[in-house]
Amino acid sequence: MAYAIETAKLVKTFGATRALDGVDLRIRQGSVYGLLGPNGAGKTTTIRVLTTLLRPDSGSATVLGLDVVRDARAVREKVSLTGQYASVDEDLTGLENLVLVGRLLGLPWKSARRRAAELLEAFDLTDAAGRQVVTYSGGMRRRIDIAASLIAIPEILFLDEPTSGLDPRSRNQVWELVRRIAAEGTTVLLTTQYLDEADRLAERLAVIDHGRVIAEGTSAELKASVGSNSLHVRLVTAEQRALAQELTSRVLGDGILPSTEPLEVTARLKSAAQAADVLKALTDRGVEIAQFTVGNPSLDEVFLALTGRPAEEAKP
Amino acid sequence: MSHDEVLAIRTRPEPPSAQSAVFTLAWRALLKIKHVPFQLFDVIVTPIMFTILFTFIFGGALAGTPREYIQYLLPGIVVQTILFITVYTGVGLNGDIRKGLYDRFRSLPMWQPAPIFGALAGDLIRYSVASTIIIVIGLLLGFRPGGGVIGMIAAVGLVLVFAFSLSWLWIIVGMLVKSPESVMTTSFIFLMPLTFASNIFVNMGTMPPWLQAVVGRNPVTYLANASRGLMHGNASASDVAWVFVASAILVLVASPIAMRLYRKER
Repeated sequence: MAYAIETAKLVKTFGATRALDGVDLRIRQGSVYGLLGPNGAGKTTTIRVLTTLLRPDSGSATVLGLDVVRDARAVREKVSLTGQYASVDEDLTGLENLVLVGRLLGLPWKSARRRAAELLEAFDLTDAAGRQVVTYSGGMRRRIDIAASLIAIPEILFLDEPTSGLDPRSRNQVWELVRRIAAEGTTVLLTTQYLDEADRLAERLAVIDHGRVIAEGTSAELKASVGSNSLHVRLVTAEQRALAQELTSRVLGDGILPSTEPLEVTARLKSAAQAADVLKALTDRGVEIAQFTVGNPSLDEVFLALTGRPAEEAKP
Repeated sequence: MSHDEVLAIRTRPEPPSAQSAVFTLAWRALLKIKHVPFQLFDVIVTPIMFTILFTFIFGGALAGTPREYIQYLLPGIVVQTILFITVYTGVGLNGDIRKGLYDRFRSLPMWQPAPIFGALAGDLIRYSVASTIIIVIGLLLGFRPGGGVIGMIAAVGLVLVFAFSLSWLWIIVGMLVKSPESVMTTSFIFLMPLTFASNIFVNMGTMPPWLQAVVGRNPVTYLANASRGLMHGNASASDVAWVFVASAILVLVASPIAMRLYRKER
């Protein structure tokens, strides 16, 4: 079996909205794969089709060689889903939730309890095992939710925006978990709105916009399309922007990136050292600089580079 | 066991049988009663108030003495209470769907209708608890059923059959409306006339003819008559039969619609 997940021309419409407009994906087994895109791009719909919760209108999708429509039940036996919202029963305790899922997977009571205890331990939730999930913090909820997806370790784990709404510490914990899960052989497909998250976790990623894959590759490849480093210069007055852009492009040859901010000049750098040249050229000509940063391109910049418009406008 | 062994792929268990999945989900419903007892409290206080208020305020006027009236009223109050609680089936289902819990259930390799049947099984237990509490209060207030324990069990059993069937309507409502609160309001639009335009509180002989025509065709009237009859040991076979017929119609019409909506994607 060449691919863990393969889709061809996947289409799904909701009324007048084409949520998926011909999604083609090929995801290798044993990797962490990221679906990157703004809200409403079709990430969640893709995951819901792949986990058999939605039927595609047309096109095909196979998971581990099984058709998601014809072999839905067999697919469900091999994958787990952690949705965007904590899909556990808030009224029940952490332990009860995990035992419940264990039983629904077919474990006898005793094994379900033992497995639940193992996972609570591994996820650092043993102290909270007897408390109702409603009392958990955001990070603990996310962890119990992911734990519920790992009662029987799936061949593919789907994580829909696993870190949205989490504080930085909880986000790091989830990232660490994802790495450990992948290291043990599970293929992970995760969606995210954050390029740095995709960058840290995923070996390959697909950028989705308006229900289509608009770019695919390793994060290095994707960034190369935007420039490995980008320079953001924030000006004091908008009047100097044209001058600043002209000076910048003179230093860099090319590389000015479109920006929606009237006070900002954004440019692609070939090396971090070029930033000094640009800044010198600007200050020599009296351009007042409020702030400058050199960093990785953001999702916005990837979007601008790929689509020529910012990510926010991609909402339906 | 090391942490990472916990995360290694092992063989998956065989998916559970349908009965085992339903049983597990009924267990979940019981845990909810344990953790959120207020839900049960909430639905029991009203009937207790109704019983006490009606018995002592209207009892004398309606039946001569409160003691005589409670013999008529109590079986009806059991019917009304249980029918009111049936709404919680739809409310709970709606909450589960909205919170994403059904996404998890539906992505598990189990018999897909199990969550609905599990919820219904759990509800039957709640109905039984509520019925028992009301009957005990009735007995304390002077309710003396001629049918004895057997009669009371038979009456409660019949109410449970009808409640199970009626729940399917609220399952449909629960899948169609946006929030648990709207399940409540929508369901009570049907439930209020269904329970009050019946002979739960008073004999329909005193009602105007047009109302008698309505009340006389209300399945809840048959249910109230039948459960009164069973509790007092003088049930009419036709009342009981009509309750079964009404229940069968409800299940035959509503359950296919409910299951269709359930399978439909959201």
